Amino acid sequence: MKKILLATAAAVLFASGALSEEIKIGVILGFTGPIESLTPDMAAGAELAMKEVTDSGKLLDGSTVTSIRADSTCIDSSAAIAAAERLITSDKVNGIVGADCSGVTGAILQNVARPNGMVMISPSATSPALSTAEDDGLFFRTAPSDARQGQVMSDILMEQGIKSVAVTYTNNDYGKGLADAFQAAYEAAGGKVTINAAHEDGKADYSAEVGALAAAGGDRLVVAGYVDQGGSGIVRAALDTGAFETFHFPDGMIGDQLVANFGSEIDGSSGELPGTDSPGAASMKTLADAAGFNGTGAFAPESYDAAALIMLAMEAAGSSAPADYKSKIMDVANAPGVKIYPGELGKALGILKDGGDVDYVGASSVELIGPGESAGNYRQIEIKDGKIETVKFR
Amino acid sequence: MDVLNALVVLANYVLIPAIAYGSQLALGALGITLIYGILRFSNFAHGDTMAFGTMVVILVTWWMQSLGISISPLPTALLALPFGILVTVGLLLGTDRLVYRFYRRVKAAPIILVMASLGVMFILNGLVRFIIGPNDQKFADGVRFIIKVREFKAATGLQEGLAIKVSQGITVVTAIIVVVALFWFLNRTRTGKSMRAFSDNEDLALLSGINPERVVTIVWILVAILATIAGTLYGLDKSYKPFTYFQLLLPMFAAAIVGGLGNPLGAIAGGFVIAFSEVAITYPFKKVLGYLLPADLAPNSLVQLLSTDYKFAVSFSILILVLLFRPTGIFKGQSV
Repeated sequence: MKKILLATAAAVLFASGALSEEIKIGVILGFTGPIESLTPDMAAGAELAMKEVTDSGKLLDGSTVTSIRADSTCIDSSAAIAAAERLITSDKVNGIVGADCSGVTGAILQNVARPNGMVMISPSATSPALSTAEDDGLFFRTAPSDARQGQVMSDILMEQGIKSVAVTYTNNDYGKGLADAFQAAYEAAGGKVTINAAHEDGKADYSAEVGALAAAGGDRLVVAGYVDQGGSGIVRAALDTGAFETFHFPDGMIGDQLVANFGSEIDGSSGELPGTDSPGAASMKTLADAAGFNGTGAFAPESYDAAALIMLAMEAAGSSAPADYKSKIMDVANAPGVKIYPGELGKALGILKDGGDVDYVGASSVELIGPGESAGNYRQIEIKDGKIETVKFR
Repeated sequence: MDVLNALVVLANYVLIPAIAYGSQLALGALGITLIYGILRFSNFAHGDTMAFGTMVVILVTWWMQSLGISISPLPTALLALPFGILVTVGLLLGTDRLVYRFYRRVKAAPIILVMASLGVMFILNGLVRFIIGPNDQKFADGVRFIIKVREFKAATGLQEGLAIKVSQGITVVTAIIVVVALFWFLNRTRTGKSMRAFSDNEDLALLSGINPERVVTIVWILVAILATIAGTLYGLDKSYKPFTYFQLLLPMFAAAIVGGLGNPLGAIAGGFVIAFSEVAITYPFKKVLGYLLPADLAPNSLVQLLSTDYKFAVSFSILILVLLFRPTGIFKGQSV
């Protein structure tokens, strides 16, 4: 409480001063650990937005924005908490982009962000549990909750007239969360999940698992796993024994490897993965190419959007203090207002300064719903003649 | 009552996979039991010997595939098998020279040999990963199925389908050939008889003029053949990944001990006991019972004794039960 008071007092000071300042934004991502191959592009995305804003010179009367990186490790909560603590107490950041993995994100939120009244926007934490976490209005995410993907999966299957499925998921937080979210949505819509069973990754033989799935039966097999791991083993065993002929694949299963492994054997299968046909994704790619990183890398667009939202909200609130701008994030992210795409942050800051309203669309079609998380845009796909074909976006 | 459909379901999901898996385990357990019977120690490096042999087979297979050599419809790996066996023989004789011979000379206690084999295991572990990497490798080619599900359904008009993979057929046929040849060798040839004599009573065998080093050499050659064949069959039927071969050590040891350590017949029986228990105990019998029982008695639950996650626990439990109640195994072997 004392710290919130302090922060508010500081904010009042800054706001009344209306002087340009040096704003720092923490970027806490797993630069080491299981997703270390993804995080360089994510951090580059967030820093691209910061550079754009600094160059425009329009944020809070010419303030500059610098990025301070910290390592969340993705899996080690105590290391992540220490890193976030350091960002706030020693680097004195004004906002945090992060964290990345759901587990450490929840830990930082409860142990660091809430006690210090710090705003954090995660570009990639998808666990449904974060939707209901106590956050004092400080936590947002530009990634959709897997509860949303569960709903989308259910919608797709229902539209195709599939009323009964078997579900198998990879035995971790992602697989379990997604499978449970799907089961809840599907049963609410009147579908029947005959079995919801885990499989372990990295085994040589999945015929026993498939035997259980086949005994339970169902019109289609939902495989909430990884294409480079057990998910493909399950599909192979199911095809070999004739247990299932068509499948439904969530995001972890969809990749070039899927059609390389099975080709037209899985024709008629369906699936979905995060994706958008908005013009924002294209302009993000152009900007990223110029900056020398992969703008279509997983969660890189979401990272750009996370950083952009923080800075736009600061301008809208006229203050860089988290306590002031936290309530503005939903405003700048959603309608009404002028639609803002990547590369137009300077324009957006100008509109906000003149008292106008913006609807930030960004690189990943940001639309914040409920407790401040992305509504989520998904690309529905179908396997036809051994190729992944886009059916539509939802 | 629909006995035919019930039988087909049972065959498709339990009998055929268990027979193939049992044959692979039996071949692996035979190698373990031979070493235990004649060299008198539990060879922990056996799983990784299989991984090494299979690795050589895979490398030769890839080389042959790149040259366009194939014996379609059979997988090319069968052609590469002799090369894999040769290299594995060299490796095993080499480790025997470097490691085990010294401990034999000083008449070390069996537990010391076991620990030495543990060291060999770790070295092989690293060697295989160093050469081929820790990931899944694909090397199967040729025709995949003997009987396909759809063709079976069309031909018989049954509701349930049956699939038999070529790899499953090859596994069973090869296993029978190898086992028959091994028993002929052990029971009918002079060398085989001298090996059995050595196993029964070392001192008496030495007195009657049997050369111990020759017996040891032949044991390692047999083990190399068995391990490479078992590993290649497992890799063809399932998939090749060094870590899963290391994990095979448990069911193989369970099979050898259940059957009776040192008893070749026991190793085969043990392999099938373990395989059938692992598959049958984790299989849900809902569909089978659904066909066999009258409609109003058909079960709603899965009728599954254990979730498939507990597969390894099954071999552990059988191992413990056997050690508690019949330490010498089903067939009279040496007690552990």
